[in-house]
Amino acid sequence: MYNFLPVLNVFSRILLAFAPAFLVPLAWAWFLDGRHHALVWAYGFAFAAFCGAALWQLTRAHRRELQAKDGFLLVNLVWTLLPAFAAAPMMFTVPGVEWAKAYFEAMSALTATGATAFVGLDDLPVSVNVWRCFLQLLGGLGIMLLVVAVLPLLGLGGVQLYRAETPGPMKDTKFTPRIAETARGLWGVYVLFSVACMLAYRWAGMSWADAFMHMCTTMGLGGFSSHDASFGYWDSHTIEAVATVFMALAGVSFMRYFIVLRHRTLRPLVNDREIRTYVTVLAVSILVVAVLLVAHDTVDDFPEALRTAAFHVVSVATTTGYASTDYAQWPVFVPVLLMFLGCFVSCAGSTGGGIKLVRMVLLIKQARRELVRIIHPRVVNPVTLGGAVMPTSVMTAVLGYMLIYGAATMGLTMVLLFTGLDIVTAFSAVVATVNNIGPGLGEVGPASNFGVLNTAQVWVLSFAMLLGRLELLTVLVLFTGHFWRK
Amino acid sequence: MNIIILGAGRVGESVAESLASEQNDITVIDMDPARLRALEERLDLRGVVGNGIQPSVLREAGAQDTDMLIACAAHDETNLVVCKVAHDVFNVPSTIARLRSPEFPEGDELLGKSGFAVDHVICPEESVMRYIHQLISYPEALQVLEFADGRASLIAVRATHGGALVGHTIGEIRERFPHAEMRVVALYRLDTEMEATPQTRILAGDEVFVLADTQKIRQVLSAVHNIDKPVRRLMITGGGKVGLRLARSLVGQCEVKIIERDLKRCEYLASQLPSNMLVLQGDGADEELLLDENVGEMDMFLALTSDDEDNIMSAMLAKRLGAGRVLSLINRRAYADMMQGSTIDIAISPSQTVIGELLTHLRRGDVAVVHSLRRGAAEALEGIARGDVKTSKLVGRKVEEIKLPKGTRIGAIVRGEGRKSEVLMPHHDTVIETDDHIIIFIPNKRLVREVERLFQVSATFFG
Repeated sequence: MYNFLPVLNVFSRILLAFAPAFLVPLAWAWFLDGRHHALVWAYGFAFAAFCGAALWQLTRAHRRELQAKDGFLLVNLVWTLLPAFAAAPMMFTVPGVEWAKAYFEAMSALTATGATAFVGLDDLPVSVNVWRCFLQLLGGLGIMLLVVAVLPLLGLGGVQLYRAETPGPMKDTKFTPRIAETARGLWGVYVLFSVACMLAYRWAGMSWADAFMHMCTTMGLGGFSSHDASFGYWDSHTIEAVATVFMALAGVSFMRYFIVLRHRTLRPLVNDREIRTYVTVLAVSILVVAVLLVAHDTVDDFPEALRTAAFHVVSVATTTGYASTDYAQWPVFVPVLLMFLGCFVSCAGSTGGGIKLVRMVLLIKQARRELVRIIHPRVVNPVTLGGAVMPTSVMTAVLGYMLIYGAATMGLTMVLLFTGLDIVTAFSAVVATVNNIGPGLGEVGPASNFGVLNTAQVWVLSFAMLLGRLELLTVLVLFTGHFWRK
Repeated sequence: MNIIILGAGRVGESVAESLASEQNDITVIDMDPARLRALEERLDLRGVVGNGIQPSVLREAGAQDTDMLIACAAHDETNLVVCKVAHDVFNVPSTIARLRSPEFPEGDELLGKSGFAVDHVICPEESVMRYIHQLISYPEALQVLEFADGRASLIAVRATHGGALVGHTIGEIRERFPHAEMRVVALYRLDTEMEATPQTRILAGDEVFVLADTQKIRQVLSAVHNIDKPVRRLMITGGGKVGLRLARSLVGQCEVKIIERDLKRCEYLASQLPSNMLVLQGDGADEELLLDENVGEMDMFLALTSDDEDNIMSAMLAKRLGAGRVLSLINRRAYADMMQGSTIDIAISPSQTVIGELLTHLRRGDVAVVHSLRRGAAEALEGIARGDVKTSKLVGRKVEEIKLPKGTRIGAIVRGEGRKSEVLMPHHDTVIETDDHIIIFIPNKRLVREVERLFQVSATFFG
């Protein structure tokens, strides 16, 4: 079997690097929750650091350059084991929580899904909420990306990791000669937007703690909140407007912002086919939902309908999952449309989940191409995106991805049905987790949470979130025989 | 004039041919001895074998005494370097480079004396594309040539039954179209030149050359030809450089189908053109394909491959299958003369279209534009009358006093600059003023020298 000890060695270093993240909730706990809680986070920090150091000692002899395969294994290790380390302190700070739900919560946080299994968020210690939200900020843009940016440990392997984790069908677009520079640039842009977002929330009326937490979950397009009522807690138009704007911004590829800032021209944003489609789809959906809300007398006047439609459409379509009202009670077309949008609206390279808009654009172009081909059998019309021909390999990869995506969604739904859930809850829960949206429909709707599910169901959905965040193939490749052969 | 031509390819050859017949001393440099020998046998010129970017080869070709260097090798980079070497090492006063890449516009700093030292840029593909584009915009015309920054145009039309002027004499034009300023400068019947006197009658089938204000082209065309529908659908075979440039220039104007044989090239074309232009992979002479793609419904069919025979065959086939106007690129002069006006409506020889541009730089005196007509047999020349009554042979004189060579005619005068300029149809008593642009039709190339001399200002101008 293939030697995975070198991967463990790199993993140990990543774990060591991850450990300081515990200092963030530690700081909040120190000032707001008291010594007892602070001690828990300190133990969490010590445990992660100790495990990392021990593992590093044990595998030191096996250091070597990472290979293509190692990248996949490493990314999977990171994304399955870090949530475990992150969940551990929650066992001691959240009263009466079982391990499966704590792990689910940590996974939901790191994958920026935003599905919560906890009840009574308002009563939890501040440090727990800070921790949940902060993980969404880290996981949103990508842990590996952060690692690549911060740690100079990767020679050739850097690109492999970047590819294994970054969403979207075309991953070899490097805009700087060195991948680390790209990664640093992306994180730089991300932090810049985050600071702006936090100040905007504070200005709109949130407390500093809430502003920090919601900044984290907005930029990561996660959707955790420190309140059970989510944005309904404030019932403030200004706050919802700020959230809408920053969610919409985070749904666009950060690579684009990076290029815009680097070349000081807006052209990459304006001319990008994916971004144009993104804006169009969002605008049309908002309009449709607003008209429907007025037509069904759910909301009285049109401007108000437009406003609330904008917030919820952007929230669910970008896979954030905030809600200021229980939209599951709206005319049934709306919640289903929202879930449907959540499956594909986020742009590749953003912090959102789902199949990514660029894949959808390519699929539609492929469909149109087949139709033309029926009338003109000799036509040569390769699928193009922004003037560049998409190689056949990319197109088959997109088609293959869609096939696996559909199969995974159906398969996981069947598993949930087997455990005894009803069809609406089962299907919407799978869609909400595979696409990293957060709230589903039925029993796991926006007014409820995933705490009602049993242990087995929670484990299945944790796996679904992992699948969705790593875009299926990265995870599924581990289950092939070829991967483990020498 | 001593002229060095680099590259004996298609463009180089026709440039050499056109210049050799004007009593220039021409040296052609090429790497292929067989090619040069064939050229030496056919034309009165000297061939030098070797790589033109090497100073030793240029010296052997006599670069130190050369007046002009024309670089038309296949690669842009060769042409750029040769111009640089010729200018820096041999002080060649005038350099012309054929550049395919549109990223080197004439007058760019990069091409200046401190750069590549290219005085003028010629691009045959671009010239052919513009030429064809004009024909698509004016589907009735055989050729549309612009003078004086586009103010005046020379239009070649084949007279057809139904045209308002057909069956009338040239003298009657002014009576029938009092407001349309136009002048018939030449008339060809069965490929022989007719004298265009007021008594000459225009018959159906005649090739008529008319000079007119560009804004009045439509009226002129309707006088000689029954108006066709504007071209909406067209089919191109051959997606080479010309085909691609043309298709790009037609975005939003026409529905275009391009047939190209090479699959890789097809994919490139598809990536360069908007998706509503269809790129089809196949043979332009494949009857099945043409039928499947509705060639009979096309307003215009253009055969633009690099192979004369293929072009002729596919164009004839398209015509037989019902295509509207059929146009073909034909490099060989003999073929072009043979095919023009037969089954194929318009035969274009790509090398000839660029010659005009080249001739402009070659003509002495104040010559602004030269266009070669009827595939090089005749020429239309736009010159500027400089100087005053004493120094110029034109200024201050009436048209009837100017000593023009026999057969040449003054077609039009453009007076004034920019927007205030007007196009005048000269009468026998029109007086030429300083800085008038005069457009002269020259039926025979041998007379060009004499016309040039008219535009030269005598030395006293400076004294």
